[in-house]
Amino acid sequence: MRHVISVLVQDHPRVLNRITGLFARRGFNLESLAVGTTHVPGLSRISLVVSGDDHTLEQVEKQLNRLIEVLKVTDHSEPHVERELALVKVHVAGVEERLAVKDIQEAFRARVVDVAQKSLILELTGDSKKVDSFIEALRPYGILEVMRTGAVAMSRGERTLKVREKREAV
Amino acid sequence: MKGSEALLKALEREGVEVIFGHPGGAIMPTYDALYDSKIRHILVRHEQGGIHAATAYARASGRVGVVMATSGPGALNLVTGLADAFMDSTPVVAITGNVPRALIGTDAFQEADVTGVTMPITKHNYLVQEVNDIPRVVREAFHIASTGRPGPVLIDLPKDVQLAEFTGTFDVELDLPGYKPTTKGHPKQIERALDALEKAERPILMVGGGAQHAHGELLAFAERTGIPVITTLMGLGAFPGNHPLWLGMPGMHGTVAANRAIHHADVILAIGLRFDDRVTGKVSRFAPHAHTIIHVDIDPAEIGKVVRTHVPIVGDAKLVLRELLKGAKPLKLAAWWRELEEWRTRHPLRWRPRPHLQSQEVIRAFHEATGGQAVVTTGVGQHQMFAAQFFPVSRPRSFITSGGLGTMGVGLPFAIGAKVARPEELVIDFDGDGSFQMTLQELATLVKYRLDVKVVILNNGYLGMVRQWQDLFHARRYSEVYLADSNPDFARLAEAYGIKGVRVERKEDLMKGVEAVLSADGPVVAEFKVYHEEGVFPMIPAGGAAEDMILEHPAEREEVEA
Ligand SMILES: Cc1ncc(C[n+]2csc(CCOP(=O)(O)OP(=O)(O)O)c2C)c(N)n1
Ligand SMILES: [Mg+2]
Repeated sequence: MRHVISVLVQDHPRVLNRITGLFARRGFNLESLAVGTTHVPGLSRISLVVSGDDHTLEQVEKQLNRLIEVLKVTDHSEPHVERELALVKVHVAGVEERLAVKDIQEAFRARVVDVAQKSLILELTGDSKKVDSFIEALRPYGILEVMRTGAVAMSRGERTLKVREKREAV
Repeated sequence: MKGSEALLKALEREGVEVIFGHPGGAIMPTYDALYDSKIRHILVRHEQGGIHAATAYARASGRVGVVMATSGPGALNLVTGLADAFMDSTPVVAITGNVPRALIGTDAFQEADVTGVTMPITKHNYLVQEVNDIPRVVREAFHIASTGRPGPVLIDLPKDVQLAEFTGTFDVELDLPGYKPTTKGHPKQIERALDALEKAERPILMVGGGAQHAHGELLAFAERTGIPVITTLMGLGAFPGNHPLWLGMPGMHGTVAANRAIHHADVILAIGLRFDDRVTGKVSRFAPHAHTIIHVDIDPAEIGKVVRTHVPIVGDAKLVLRELLKGAKPLKLAAWWRELEEWRTRHPLRWRPRPHLQSQEVIRAFHEATGGQAVVTTGVGQHQMFAAQFFPVSRPRSFITSGGLGTMGVGLPFAIGAKVARPEELVIDFDGDGSFQMTLQELATLVKYRLDVKVVILNNGYLGMVRQWQDLFHARRYSEVYLADSNPDFARLAEAYGIKGVRVERKEDLMKGVEAVLSADGPVVAEFKVYHEEGVFPMIPAGGAAEDMILEHPAEREEVEA
């Protein structure tokens, strides 16, 4: 099953290596990863998309918690918001194609961020499924390149990723 | 004050008395500072010897072991030992020099990405970029290494950081927001554990290396309840090996009583162990009758990792046992003990006597001659298992072996570390001819520091354990395991170092040999030429279960039955 996990870490050098190294060494399946700083100086937040059964996911959480620089790990099983960003460059030969692509853009609420003679760059945010279907919809027109970020996630409502909740480190 | 002096001062503040190490270019500023330091340094002949010695020092004393090496090749020679200490949860701090900061990443002379290489085999590691960070990093390293589930921590110090002027403070507060080990078990779970034990008809207590420091509480708990005790290879000595409640070691070469007890147990209280595959065999067939497994471990990640756990207790073995003790009652286990006694008396550890000198009788003879009062170290192989079987130790921290990693070559450096930690005690290294040759350069270290270590080589002329597997599972195709054609004369080798050498070849000379080793004033290397086709039994083949246990070599059993 697919899980989205948020990890709060101290933004020390190599902390990302520790996390990806852990996944590689333990054979956990990492589908995507996104990192960024937070509003708190010194703390970064990582979103991981992981697939595996319950036992594997329990190990993922526990092994992440063993890392000294990991402050908090949450598996987003509760209601949460999940977003990916994608940039898609499509080939548009003539006016007709351009209009058709524009229809798709509007239907998905994507934005045009670059216009050239024979191509457009479209920007889309949404969950993975939405990004997948967007790419499929554009495929017939000739996709030149795609760049999508890993998913980022956040719990809905008052719940936040708080430091003091971490207890079970070793 | 230079960074290197600050480092030594920080180490002194941690109470470090001894460092095992080997110098080289990138760590020279620290060796220069060491020249004026109160800290004792043991110069080893290979960094691997240093890290193993530091590991054994930690295991024998309960304190943090410290090893030091230079950059690149020096630091990389620590890799095996760090992995060994990590697998066996041993508190070690390794200090390595590195090239100056400006050269890092340029493939400079003797540069290696040591923090990168050691990331998966250390509990944590540091590359110090700023001289004033030294006291904080040292404080954190010792704290991380020695608390929670212990493990090795590496500190990599660029040469220019060692040379930089230190202007910081030594009064550093620990600030590790992501590291808060749980040490006190959850009261609810402890209650559930006691409840399950009280209702149990066939309970057992299994303990591992994580209970070495909790031996007093363990003994009290076992004696109060009357529950039989099984100790893993790493747990040997955590419970006295001469106690009537002790059933021996479980797993691949464990006792019949211990393995049958696990097989038939209804409630298992497991403390400070991680259900290694050498203990469980095939997990799906492990402890099939246990309706309740209580697992006490300080590392939450170990609980539920291998076996299904019904009562998880995250905490320190000592503190949890203290709580368990408060509610512990004598249990009515007479029927269970009748079964256990039957297995124990019917199938004691034994060997088939042969005309030739045998490893088992050598080890047994040392056990009898010393009353078991020794700190034992081993290499890895058949001799290691024979030592575990026939030298039952009765005190904690007294059987020092490579469990998780199974590192050949640890025997002699482990003995060095153990002797430095406990100089008043008799230290015996039961070693294999193969294992010993992986680190024998450390004989020089015995000489240099006059360390009275008794090295007992059980020379079977083979990589015996591999040979045994080839015998049983590879149709006797003995591929690349023969050593006898090229082994040195071990006694003369010892003499070349100025160490007393002893050689025993015949059964009738056994007692004389043991006596020669034990009565010698100073280190000894004794070679016992033992029967070369011996197998370690009982044996549960890898991936098997208790029911698959074979008690002796199948061919020999047929002979008897025929
Ligand atoms: C460094 C290392 N290399 C290889 C092995 C695999 N191995 C395990 S036991 C063994 C044979 C050990 O021979 P020896 O030390 O003579 O002990 P014996 O089994 O003969 O008692 C080998 C090669 C190992 N455990 N460690
Ligand atoms: Mg051998």
